[in-house]
Amino acid sequence: MEVKGEIYRVAGPVVTITGIKPKMYDVVKVGHEGLMGEVIRIKGDKATVQVYEDTSGIKPGEPVVNTGMSLSVELGPGLLESIYDGIQRPLKVLQEQMGDFIQRGVTANGLDRDKKWDFKPIVSGGDSVKGGEVIGVVQETMNIEHKIMVPPNVSGTVNEIKSGKFTVDETICVLSDGTELQMMQKWSVRKPRPVAKKLMPSKPLITGQRILDGLFPVAKGGTAAIPGPFGSGKTVTQQQLAKWSDTDIVVYIGCGERGNEMADVLNEFPELEDPKTGRPLMERTVLIANTSNMPVAAREASVYTGITIAEYYRDMGYDVALMADSTSRWAESMREISSRLEEMPGEEGYPAYLSARLSEFYERAGAVHSLAGFDGSITVIGAVSPPGGDFSEPVTQSTLRIVKVFWALDAKLSQRRHFPSINWLSSYSLYTNGLADWFTENVAPDWISLRDNAMDLLQQESELQEIVQLVGSDALPEDQQLTLEIARMIREYFLQQNAFHPVDTFCPFDKQYKLLKAISKYGEMANAALEAGVPMGDIISVESKDDLAKVKYEEDFESALNVVLTKMDAEFAKLGGK
Amino acid sequence: MTKEYKTITEVSGPLIFLEKTEPVGYGELVNINLPDGTTKRGQVLDTSADTVVVQVFEGTGGLNSESGVVFTGETIKLSVSKDMLGRILSGAGEPLDGGPRIVPDDRIDVNGASMNPYSRLPPVDFIQTGISTIDGTNTLVRGQKLPIFSGAGLPHNEIALQIARQAKVLGSDEPFAVVFAAMGITNEEAQYFMQDFEKTGALERAVVFLNLADDPAVERLITPRMALTAAEYLAYEHDMHVLVIMTDITNYCEALRQMGAAREEVPGRRGYPGYMYTDLASLYERAGVIKGKKGSVTQFSILTMPGDDITHPIPDLSGYITEGQIVVSRELHRKGIYPPINVLPSLSRLMNSGIGKGKTREDHKAVSDQMYAMYAEGRDMRGLVAIVGKDALSERDQKILEFADLFEDRFVRQGRNENRHIVDDTLRIAWEILSELPMAQLTRIDNKFIDAYHPANKAKSE
Ligand SMILES: Nc1ncnc2c1ncn2[C@@H]1O[C@H](COP(=O)(O)OP(=O)(O)OP(=O)(O)O)[C@@H](O)[C@H]1O
Ligand SMILES: [Mg+2]
Repeated sequence: MEVKGEIYRVAGPVVTITGIKPKMYDVVKVGHEGLMGEVIRIKGDKATVQVYEDTSGIKPGEPVVNTGMSLSVELGPGLLESIYDGIQRPLKVLQEQMGDFIQRGVTANGLDRDKKWDFKPIVSGGDSVKGGEVIGVVQETMNIEHKIMVPPNVSGTVNEIKSGKFTVDETICVLSDGTELQMMQKWSVRKPRPVAKKLMPSKPLITGQRILDGLFPVAKGGTAAIPGPFGSGKTVTQQQLAKWSDTDIVVYIGCGERGNEMADVLNEFPELEDPKTGRPLMERTVLIANTSNMPVAAREASVYTGITIAEYYRDMGYDVALMADSTSRWAESMREISSRLEEMPGEEGYPAYLSARLSEFYERAGAVHSLAGFDGSITVIGAVSPPGGDFSEPVTQSTLRIVKVFWALDAKLSQRRHFPSINWLSSYSLYTNGLADWFTENVAPDWISLRDNAMDLLQQESELQEIVQLVGSDALPEDQQLTLEIARMIREYFLQQNAFHPVDTFCPFDKQYKLLKAISKYGEMANAALEAGVPMGDIISVESKDDLAKVKYEEDFESALNVVLTKMDAEFAKLGGK
Repeated sequence: MTKEYKTITEVSGPLIFLEKTEPVGYGELVNINLPDGTTKRGQVLDTSADTVVVQVFEGTGGLNSESGVVFTGETIKLSVSKDMLGRILSGAGEPLDGGPRIVPDDRIDVNGASMNPYSRLPPVDFIQTGISTIDGTNTLVRGQKLPIFSGAGLPHNEIALQIARQAKVLGSDEPFAVVFAAMGITNEEAQYFMQDFEKTGALERAVVFLNLADDPAVERLITPRMALTAAEYLAYEHDMHVLVIMTDITNYCEALRQMGAAREEVPGRRGYPGYMYTDLASLYERAGVIKGKKGSVTQFSILTMPGDDITHPIPDLSGYITEGQIVVSRELHRKGIYPPINVLPSLSRLMNSGIGKGKTREDHKAVSDQMYAMYAEGRDMRGLVAIVGKDALSERDQKILEFADLFEDRFVRQGRNENRHIVDDTLRIAWEILSELPMAQLTRIDNKFIDAYHPANKAKSE
């Protein structure tokens, strides 16, 4: 029976209710319009609710109903290619129901109830099934076979199993204890889905971005943070990862950011090809959008909605990459709610539990062996937006204590249009060593030494720059001038990568290797020539060096590079010296 | 329904506290009748069965416990109609020009609902402003929100007006309008805008909301919402392309801070409320283009950075929401360069979708990137030259140093009424100054563009 309570107080997104006794995190329907909210504090005979919709006009005394359920998402076929708000309402359905502006009080199912999916069972009557086990499959998109799993907390013997076309809420399997299973299951967003075992991440997520793959790789199942001031490239980098990573599924959470950026993804992804499968990128993507002008409480929820969906696909044995842009907005939504609750503020007004919430979230990343018996992974990449670009603030600092990869964006680089503006000196990846074997085997035996060498040159460059600032570059010895020149080539030819260039936007590992190798070849020949007494001026004015700047833009990279390398041999031969 | 309460228990700053009311809605509009017969307006901030807190827009001066409070049962609305064009209204939407009240076609909640991201159409239409540092390197597109970050005493008003005069989508004749929202600016500044609007005939196609420096600060919190409501109405009901100019965002944020302090909230960074990001987003995000609608809302706001500090919370939070910023520089202004726009910290995030083949020209992006890279390096050289002298620079570096000067002199500097065409002027000048550099320096530009557009090659082929 429904017990009704009533509203006691309304102050923005925080509503105090009385007259019912909900559990913590129960979902309640607030007011005559039934606005959705979640219980976040209980005190005496009152409970505090964060409401996921605008509360204008809502009055004390209006009714409140407890659903008795916690905030959950619907999991099943049809998630892919969707765009949801923070509480999994499909934005497309909202538009159909209420037009171009989001009105409140509208409910919409996460999964379409009318669409029929072709269910193929893989178990038979009499089989016993455990929690998480696969009972059948549905072809969700051309490349993704959606595995229908028994919910983690259910097990038993199959009494009846169907085959054919069903909607997500039709029963497809009955267990001997009478439990009916549908293709759809619900899962509470704040509770991680269980796994059989966590594994050590051992493969890189190949992103096609030279500075990421080459210098600061993230592992599949790993965690990375990308902090930077406004306009430094967080979103572009996240979108590049969503586009080009060699992953099966992408969950992209636009958390408190711009509406136009989501529109952009919606516009572009159906047109772009997944480099791995050749299918439209949208077919592997789930979007969650709570833009900066959408209700703050739903922003807090959006991150959990996203990671729960990611876990669900991971359980099927897929590699999932999750991008959250920006985790700072999520942290701020916690701060806003916390301050409305008049909780004791911690550093910069953030609640004392900020750090704990961040770790719990990143902890849901990982490579795992799932209950269904598959290996899957979730890689989490979080953007961080530090006020004033100052990395010493609490969200950046708490995040850096957790994540293993740090891509530090630098406004000095973005201002001169050095993109991606990831600072090569302050960024790091703790996976570099763990992935070394993989690179040696799969890229090239000399890849690690090429890379270390490049890093070393960049390091030397920054030290030499300090001297140049005092005396000018002409005062440096010639070999050091050459070092500066090669470092510049590494920066401009290799590290710089234009996300908007049709060819350069995606760089396969093989091309990354050949490009760096070519720069290193110039370095070796130049140093040898210098030692043999060739004048510095001649060495740096070989044309092939400048030609190398543009091979990355060439459609036919291989042959363009070969032309340059042949020319380089010829030019150095002419310089002689030996 | 129109019950009047005389149960004010506390007046504190812009807030009043009342007891023993019937249930009152959150965000409701409130009328307060003063003993002297005047009426003020306010809005419910917090409502419970025991106490109601109201923020008073015109300030609480003259209020006492004898004042009567009437809850209107609705949120703040703006009366809209197409007749608003050509009108001057107060920051709260009342006529200031002596004209009649607006006969409403509709009354719209000024808070606006959030646009469904699914309904948005990514902005792609290039707007030519005739200013090279915008068109060439920080392109504005229809539906974008691109503020000017400036400083006290810099010519941001002139730049804004030049843009308002010159801005157009090439080859298009679609109806446009300007919505101007003044927040806490001086009467003189407001006059400056009004005169220019009148002189150029822009006023006929404008709706003006004025909240001046001596008007109550709290009113400033609704002025931009009124303006954006008018803009959305004209854009989506009357198919107009609306350019919204809001000035000065900094005054708006000060009012927000003042309100937060009055409510005794825990302040965030430098005393500004923790929710300032969300609040500003509720303004800036009201720019855009909607699928299937002909009109659009473009925002070009002015924000003066306190102490010229771009990391100050007001420009900082704005920059995190807007689609770029145009930064006005004191250094260039002192050098006598107009418009003193420093392109390095400036950015238009929507530039890439508004330029290129079929829109401006295929080489546009590469040319812009190349100029950025060289100008940035050239400015570094200036610092170096001051220490080690010009002779210590290599030949390459000297060229780049010269480029920085050329860039400021020829590309940045232009006349106050000079309306440059993107291809015939802006890109032409860009190539002219780039061609002063050795060709090997042009590493950002594809060879095919160098072949097609570099003056040296063009001369050859002609
Ligand atoms: N890899 C890249 N290649 C080319 N341009 C880039 C690249 N990365 C960033 N940019 C440029 O920088 C601009 C700003 O980048 P982006 O929107 O990603 O910044 P952001 O860090 O997400 O900022 P905010 O915090 O305000 O959202 C882009 O619009 C684009 O012009
Ligand atoms: Mg961003």
